[in-house]
Amino acid sequence: MERIPILKMGEFLLVTIQVDMHDRLALTLQDDLTEMIVKNRTHGVLIDISALEVVDSFIGRMLGNIASMSRVLDAATVVVGMQPAVAITLVELGLSLPGVRTALNVEKGMELLRGSLTATNGHARRQG
Amino acid sequence: MAMPVVKAERCPVRSGDNVVRIRQIVRQWTVELGFSLVDQTKIVTAASEIARNTLDHGGGGEALVESLSEGGRRGLRLVFTDKGPGIENIDQALKDGFTTGGGLGLGLGGARRLSSEFSIESRTGEGTCVTLTRWK
Ligand SMILES: Nc1ncnc2c1ncn2[C@@H]1O[C@H](COP(=O)(O)OP(=O)(O)OP(=O)(O)O)[C@@H](O)[C@H]1O
Ligand SMILES: [Mg+2]
Repeated sequence: MERIPILKMGEFLLVTIQVDMHDRLALTLQDDLTEMIVKNRTHGVLIDISALEVVDSFIGRMLGNIASMSRVLDAATVVVGMQPAVAITLVELGLSLPGVRTALNVEKGMELLRGSLTATNGHARRQG
Repeated sequence: MAMPVVKAERCPVRSGDNVVRIRQIVRQWTVELGFSLVDQTKIVTAASEIARNTLDHGGGGEALVESLSEGGRRGLRLVFTDKGPGIENIDQALKDGFTTGGGLGLGLGGARRLSSEFSIESRTGEGTCVTLTRWK
């Protein structure tokens, strides 16, 4: 079956969406990703959408679902590489992607994740 | 006045793959029409929303894609038809956040904002026809 690969990038997971997604593929990705988050005990997920030329409400909902699902499993999600034309269109569509953080590219996304991890870990360390 | 149609294509809207195919046709034709990248993206996104509604809420149907040229004006028109349950209250359906299917309720209102011209005809129990046009 067709699948979107999930790669380990150091302490994080990287999902690169390159194909025009249809429903089944999106649902499989959500399942695979939850499994990987738990198995790898990761605290950060990067979703690279730089190859996507269209983000409609279906894909938007999927990104939102992944973010909330990851949050429950104690992992933060950052969507990276959104094309400017896609960003402009999303605003007009009315899709604000609540709870989804974004970054310009994978590197910036990793910085963002590291930053948020240090913030929480630092707090935990002070407690212990 | 009848709008001069330069070319037209009928596409089924019966599966997720069909929706993908419609996005590809709309992209290709708007490139041919010389739409800017942002305008291409807007109408492809609107097409995707309405195609998905035709599939999910209308039980499948058909899309007619037309490339238009009127005087110096060029544009793309999309007509989606289904013989599904119809929309009981169109004004309500167009409101952002209104959904009967657990979606975000953004498709119809969003597609209208992304189009230059937009209209819905629907009869309960008979079906729905959504027409959208984007001019260059
Ligand atoms: N072709 C159709 N046939 C019957 N009902 C429709 C059709 N298109 C839209 N509707 C009705 O209008 C409502 C609003 O549509 P809209 O596309 O805005 O939201 P949605 O499809 O529910 O969610 P989203 O598009 O954000 O995923 C739908 O929930 C449905 O009740
Ligand atoms: Mg919809």
